[in-house]
Amino acid sequence: MREVAVVGVGCTRFGELWNRSLRDLVVEAGIEALEDCGVGGEEIDALFVGNMSSGQFTKQEHIGCLIADYAGLASFHIPSVRVEGACASGGLAMHQAFLAVASGYYDVVVAAGVEKMTDVSTEDATDALAAASDREWEGFAGATFPGLYAMIARLHMHRYGTTREQLALVSVKNHANAVHNPKAQYRRNVSVEDVLNSPIVADPLRVLDCSPITDGAAAVVLAPLDIASEYTDTPIRVKASACATSTISLHDREDITTLDATKEAAKRAYSMAHISPADVDIAEVHDCFTIAEICAIEDLGFCAKGEGGKMTEDGETEIGGKIPVNTSGGLKACGHPVGATGIKQIVEVVQQLRGEAGKRQVDGAELALTHNVGGSGGTAVVHILSR
Amino acid sequence: MSVPMFWREIPSRYNLSGSRCTMCGAYHYPARNICPKCRRSGKIEPYNFGGTGEVVTYTVVNTPAKRFEKYTPYILAIIKLDEGPKITAQLVCEPEDVKIGMRVRAVFRKMGESGERGIIYYGTKFVPA
Ligand SMILES: [Zn+2]
Repeated sequence: MREVAVVGVGCTRFGELWNRSLRDLVVEAGIEALEDCGVGGEEIDALFVGNMSSGQFTKQEHIGCLIADYAGLASFHIPSVRVEGACASGGLAMHQAFLAVASGYYDVVVAAGVEKMTDVSTEDATDALAAASDREWEGFAGATFPGLYAMIARLHMHRYGTTREQLALVSVKNHANAVHNPKAQYRRNVSVEDVLNSPIVADPLRVLDCSPITDGAAAVVLAPLDIASEYTDTPIRVKASACATSTISLHDREDITTLDATKEAAKRAYSMAHISPADVDIAEVHDCFTIAEICAIEDLGFCAKGEGGKMTEDGETEIGGKIPVNTSGGLKACGHPVGATGIKQIVEVVQQLRGEAGKRQVDGAELALTHNVGGSGGTAVVHILSR
Repeated sequence: MSVPMFWREIPSRYNLSGSRCTMCGAYHYPARNICPKCRRSGKIEPYNFGGTGEVVTYTVVNTPAKRFEKYTPYILAIIKLDEGPKITAQLVCEPEDVKIGMRVRAVFRKMGESGERGIIYYGTKFVPA
């Protein structure tokens, strides 16, 4: 296998972008990534695009072709493949792009992610997202995603004494980080009281515990490390790319509070990068709900199982803490265009490792981890990148 | 959920019928064709669950899934059946009466109706035992 580097990154503004279509968004992110590294369309060997559900959100499938076409690449006839793994679609697209370059089959590959979610009502968007759970054996009973994560939260609180305030602090931290991210959907602070007083979605989770419905796209350009300096002065190495699956239904997991796909993907990634969790300087984790960030920092090995609430309360995951988590604002405050999220996480850590993250820059960040989850934990993707 | 999609799983939904692996003794709900423990060496036979179990965790859903607007708020739970498998189902009782570890039993209930076609869905919910 060849070593692989990220040479260019791009990301649209995240938010309710009613005047922008799916193709507008992904082309904008792609152009930004190509301009970031001076790669021309004729140099692209392949495109992988993460997207959960363009069919349900916009009634458009076959978007691999659509995107290559609207990126002006139809005359090059490049391979363009859509990758789907629910909310982990972006991470999986990155994984496929990594494999394509590492194997030596392609040299310059674009990994993109996009979701256009606001062309349908919130009710229809929620229903589309429910397709990431087991529609027949969870959805039929009335399960929603907030409902599934609420059941994780309830048991976590019961078993480990995790408090409602500790959950709220995840949202408070991620909103505070998003204030300094020009691409974020919600660039405003919230307080613990704001979270605790927001309407209940599925007890104990409230509106401000939940990631929003978002439009957005992100893209990165990958190249073999040995020629990366032709494109950029600051290539970022992809030291590990790992993914894992588990049961699609939450109820089929041995431990409801552990995302074993996360644990397994992390184990593989640490082994591939020859590092331990303690070596990680910064992480972008999948905080689709506040409880999800707490489970993630435990399952990734940043703290012991059950200690995630305390680690958050102690400020260890804030910028300036032991391991800053979700400097972008996370899914909660930066926004969660589901197929784009896994790629946006890569964009964020590349900017951090290059020292280009502005007011949210973590000093001296050298080793970064990204963690992208599909559904309630049926799929997990972990990447490790370094300067 | 379309009519065939619902209809073909009626035995499982109405009677809690699943399967059991004669090789390792594991129970599955819903029925599986391959035992997750023994994989292809397992021999699978049908099994009807007794319908008793306990609450592993639960939530009260305020923002409902489609088709459940009329029933909101409703209690959604993960129930561990006495034979071993866990199942996601609604609990019919007062939210303040639910406790983790509480004993429950299965009952046959209306699960909602499809707006466009007026189809009524039935299935299994749980009540305190
Ligand atoms: Zn078996």
